[in-house]
Amino acid sequence: MHNPANNVVLEARSFCCNIGGNSILRDISLQIHRGQYVSIVGPNGAGKTTLLRAFDRLLSGDTSGELDICGLSWRDWKQSNLAKLIAMVPQADSRAIPFTAEDFLLMSRYPYMSPFCTIRPDDRTAVRDAMAATGTTAFAQRRLNTLSSGERQKVYIAAALVQGAEIWLLDEPTTFLDYHSQVDILSLVAKANRELGITVVAVTHDLNHAALESDRVIALRQGELVFCGTPEGLMTSDTLQAVYGISPLLVEHPQTKLPMIVPRRTPKQDKETA
Amino acid sequence: MANDRTKERGMMPNWAVGAVFVLAVLVVLAAPFWGMASIPLRALSGDVRTDSEAFILWEMRIPRVLMAFLAGVGLSVSGMVFQAMFRNPLATPFTLGVSSGASLGAAIAIQCGWTVTILHGVSTVSLSAFLGAVVSILLVYILTARSGQGVSPSTMLLAGVAVSYFFASLILFVQYTTDPSSSFRILRWAMGGLEHVVSFREVLGVMPFVVSGCLIVWYLTFDLNLLTTGEDFAFSRGVDVAWTKFLLFLGVSLMVGAVVAVCGPIGFVGLVAPHICRLLVGADHRRLFPMSLCFGGTFLVVCDTAARMIMPPAELPVGILTALLGGPFFLWLLLARKHDLESL
Repeated sequence: MHNPANNVVLEARSFCCNIGGNSILRDISLQIHRGQYVSIVGPNGAGKTTLLRAFDRLLSGDTSGELDICGLSWRDWKQSNLAKLIAMVPQADSRAIPFTAEDFLLMSRYPYMSPFCTIRPDDRTAVRDAMAATGTTAFAQRRLNTLSSGERQKVYIAAALVQGAEIWLLDEPTTFLDYHSQVDILSLVAKANRELGITVVAVTHDLNHAALESDRVIALRQGELVFCGTPEGLMTSDTLQAVYGISPLLVEHPQTKLPMIVPRRTPKQDKETA
Repeated sequence: MANDRTKERGMMPNWAVGAVFVLAVLVVLAAPFWGMASIPLRALSGDVRTDSEAFILWEMRIPRVLMAFLAGVGLSVSGMVFQAMFRNPLATPFTLGVSSGASLGAAIAIQCGWTVTILHGVSTVSLSAFLGAVVSILLVYILTARSGQGVSPSTMLLAGVAVSYFFASLILFVQYTTDPSSSFRILRWAMGGLEHVVSFREVLGVMPFVVSGCLIVWYLTFDLNLLTTGEDFAFSRGVDVAWTKFLLFLGVSLMVGAVVAVCGPIGFVGLVAPHICRLLVGADHRRLFPMSLCFGGTFLVVCDTAARMIMPPAELPVGILTALLGGPFFLWLLLARKHDLESL
């Protein structure tokens, strides 16, 4: 059942992270394999984002244990080399970025640039291709501030393509998006995973989607690894109880037969008594 | 294509940036001939020892104009760097305590009577002001470097303002304990001005600092673009954020320290010149840097020429004029463009 070691792209061994005296991650041990779609789930404040950022060496505070990226300890990586391998896709927040989508995407070519960062024709080609692939060509000349959240998130995905990374780290890519944009973004990511063989690690609150799309799911609670396994393993009352402390209503997905969570109706006592 | 694009964003096309450069050269060439006494062109070839007009031109006007340009460049580029690095429109070396640090250095030197001239015409007051400026930048740097990713730029700005007030109190304390004439000298020094510039020696002293600072910034213009989008963004795309920030702080402290040592704290240029340029050419530092450089230098040359001419025979401290001339222009631009500086 063991995969060959060279297929492990991200590996944590008893990894801990303390920020300002609070232990954010405790004794995390896990492996992520090349080409997998992995979701990280868990309640707010469980340390999901900290774990995701650790894979991109975006660590603050003290750490112990080991974290290997493609077989090399995170300490030994040079960030300009790592940038060719790992792309971080942030939330489509409203952070003010005063650049056009095209100029913003050109910045993702940074790891390939020579000193003084002259833009070469192949940089422009990479940006044009990524915009075409993500359907963002139409707003190439619009400033990022003027785009909607959904459009901006697509530009962020395009940036990961431009960066040429084979591992994408996504931090709640669909939060704040309307339903249509959610479907758009998630299908872009799934396509990258299937057609380009991109390893996807995504923090998400959407358990149903995580279960449907992922090869593996990692569940954290209060900085500890509670569950690491298949979607079928996650979607059981016991696991969900352990992770979230709730016992949800589970129904069968009509296509995949996977258990899906449906919301429970809150008891409407007022109405009944009235 | 490039033109459509700049038009849509309401920004100057590339040729206009070139035009500002030409304008800068023309202003620097013309300014020495203006002043309380107009100097005719033939003074250029006159003998400095016998022709008084030639003497004024070569020994006073030209060094002073060059110094004004260098100071404008140094302050404007430093302001641009800090605004990008802290992603805050109010962050400049002066708002983060450099002016008060330098003034404190000068005040201590004046109070202690260390007003001798040491090697190559560098006075102890200048040296002390330089140290004051560099120490305050170092303080901001240490706070930034220690805080890592946990502390927001606005917190940094607040810390800088607190440092600034702290130094300002110490200056008041020094002034309070000193005699009236020293107190006046301290006050006069804190206004800033270029009337100390009386030879090429000051110009040659400041030039290497400003030039090397600008070279550092020029080397990092694209990195500055990435920093504008956020430190995490930049880091994730392979920028060595800590090293880049160190280099930028180094460049800024060289430029600002040298300029402040000779000219005192000339306010407003560092804050507003980069904003005016940003409104004109956008946030891309590959355009913004040359623009800030030319505009900042030219702006201070114009202000200083006006300061020499407005109230003859007195010369106004140029620090009074920078805000007087620049303020309304900036406000007009701000309102006309309906631009949001929050987005830099």
